[in-house]
Amino acid sequence: MASSLDISGDFPILVRQVNGQPLTYLDSAATTQKPQAVIDAIRRYYEHYNANVHRAAHLLADEATAAMEAARAKVASLIGAGEARELIFTRGTTEGINLAAACLTDRFEPGDEVLITEMEHHSNIVPWQLLCQRSGAALTACRVTPSGEIDLEDFHAKLGPRTKLVALGHVSNALGTVNPVAELVEAAHRQGALALIDGAQAVQHLDVDVGRLGCDFYAFSAHKLFGPTGIGALYGKAALLEDLPPYQGGGEMIEHVSIERTTYNQLPYKFEAGTPNIAGAIGFGAAVDYFSDLPCQALREREAALVNQAVSHLKQIPGVRMVGEPRERASVVSFLIDGGHPHDFGTLLDQQGIAVRTGHHCAMPLMERLGIPGTIRASFALYNSATDVERLVAGVEKAIEFV
Amino acid sequence: MDLDEIREAFAFFDGWEDKYRFVIDLGKDLPNLNDAHKVPANLVRGCQSQVWLLTELRGGRMRFAIDSDAQIVRGLIAIILTVFQDRTPHEVRAFDIEGLFAELELIKHLTPTRGNGLRAMVARIHQEAERTALD
Ligand SMILES: Cc1ncc(COP(=O)(O)O)c(C=O)c1O
Repeated sequence: MASSLDISGDFPILVRQVNGQPLTYLDSAATTQKPQAVIDAIRRYYEHYNANVHRAAHLLADEATAAMEAARAKVASLIGAGEARELIFTRGTTEGINLAAACLTDRFEPGDEVLITEMEHHSNIVPWQLLCQRSGAALTACRVTPSGEIDLEDFHAKLGPRTKLVALGHVSNALGTVNPVAELVEAAHRQGALALIDGAQAVQHLDVDVGRLGCDFYAFSAHKLFGPTGIGALYGKAALLEDLPPYQGGGEMIEHVSIERTTYNQLPYKFEAGTPNIAGAIGFGAAVDYFSDLPCQALREREAALVNQAVSHLKQIPGVRMVGEPRERASVVSFLIDGGHPHDFGTLLDQQGIAVRTGHHCAMPLMERLGIPGTIRASFALYNSATDVERLVAGVEKAIEFV
Repeated sequence: MDLDEIREAFAFFDGWEDKYRFVIDLGKDLPNLNDAHKVPANLVRGCQSQVWLLTELRGGRMRFAIDSDAQIVRGLIAIILTVFQDRTPHEVRAFDIEGLFAELELIKHLTPTRGNGLRAMVARIHQEAERTALD
C-alpha cells in the first residue's frame, strides 16, 4: 500500500543532494518537479518529429501537429472542457489572465467594475488594473478574514449590478485556502457578470470540472502540474471566445490576410498567434497522461494527511505561528517564527536540504491585510512523503536554536 | 572583529551550523539603526528582506550605517563592513567582495537571484563610492 503510493521514484531530481543533504522539496506551489515521462516526451519530440505545426505537407509536421492537438484534447478533458477548441494554449496562468483581460477590455466602460479578492496572486490583480486603466472601469477587492478566507458577506456586498467580471483564485498560493468558487461563480452570473478562475494552484490538488464550476474562463499552468514551464492553458466558453476580438496578430491566427483586411482563424487558433510552444504542449500532454494514470484520489488523501500532520506538528513548536487557518486547505502551509525573519529561516532550512519559499509569495495585498511582511511557505505535492514532514519539523526546530 | 579574525574563525568551522551561528552572532553585535532612519529613502530594494543604508564621507573616508530586518543578513552586513567601513572610495571600489564571499563559502548570498537585497546593497555601496570619487 505505502509503496504503491510512493511516486517519488518517477521524479529523477528528487534523489539529488543539496548542501550535502538529501533534498526535501517543499516548494511545489512555485513549480513542481517533472517525472521522467515528461522529460522523455519532450526529448522524443526534438529527437524524432520536430517540425512546425499546422503548416507543412510532410510527415514530421503531421506528427508534430497530431501530438500537439492530442495534448490539447488531453488538457481539455482533464478540466472537463466540453470541446478541445475551448482550450487555448498560453505561456501559463499569467498569460491566460492577460489574454482574457486584453480581449475583454472593449466590453468595459466607466462605471463598470471588476471584482477580485485581497487574496489574489499578482497575476490575477495587475491584468485587471491594466484593463481598468484602458477602459475607465474600477477594480474592487473583497476582504479576506483573519483566518485567510474570502469574507463572503463582503463579497456579496461588493458584487452588484455594476460588476461585469469576477476574477477569483481557486486555491490561494500563499495560504492554501480552497475557495468556494462554484458558489461565487453562480452569484456572479446572477448579477450578469462573467467569472474567471485562476486555477494555478488547484489543478494538481482538486478535481476541476469547468462544466460544474460554470466559470467562463479558467486559467492554469503546466509547470504546477508536473509539466514544463512556458506553457499553460486558458479555458473559455466557446460562444464567448467566438465573440471576443483576437489577442495578438500574426501567423496561425488568421484565415485570410490582405493588406486591407484580415479574417481570423477558427477557435482556438484565433488566440494563438505565431509558432506555438510545441515541445511545451507535448510535455503538457505527457504530464496530463502521467497524472491521469496515478491513483489520484488516494495520493491526494495521503497528501492532505501530510499537510495536516505538518500543520499540527509545527503548531506545537513554541514560537511558531500559523498564517491562515482555512477550513479547507490544499498543499500549502504558511507560518512565521517568533524572533527571526522568514528569510533567516529559509536560509537555515536550505542548509538542511529543505527547500521552502519565503517572502510575500506575489500576494502583497494579502500580506498587507494580514499585517505581515511575508511568510515561510512549505508547499506539498503528490510525491512528498512522511519523511519530508519529519525533516521539515526537525529542520524548523533546529533553525529556532539559531536565532 | 577584523577580516583576519573572521578568516581565522571560518577556517575552524566544520559544517554549516558553526558558520551560521557565527554569522548570526556577528549580526547581533551590529549596531541597530535608529527607527527614524528606517525610511523608504534609505531602503535598498530587495524582495526577501529589507536593508536600510546610510552613507557619508568623513575626512575622505566612507562611513556606513546599515541595518536589516533579517539576522543572517545583519551578520553578512557586519562582514562586509569589516572591509568597507572607514575606507576611501577608491579602496571600497577596488575590494573584491565577491571573491571574499566565495572564499568564505557564502557566495550564494551574493548571487543574482531575484530579490537579493544584499547584492543590491553592495551595488549601492559601489555606486556611492563611485559618485563620491567623482565629486
Ligand atoms: C494562484 C496563482 N496564480 C497565478 C500564478 C502565476 O502562474 P505562472 O507564473 O505560471 O503564470 C501562480 C504561480 O505562482 C499562482 O500560484
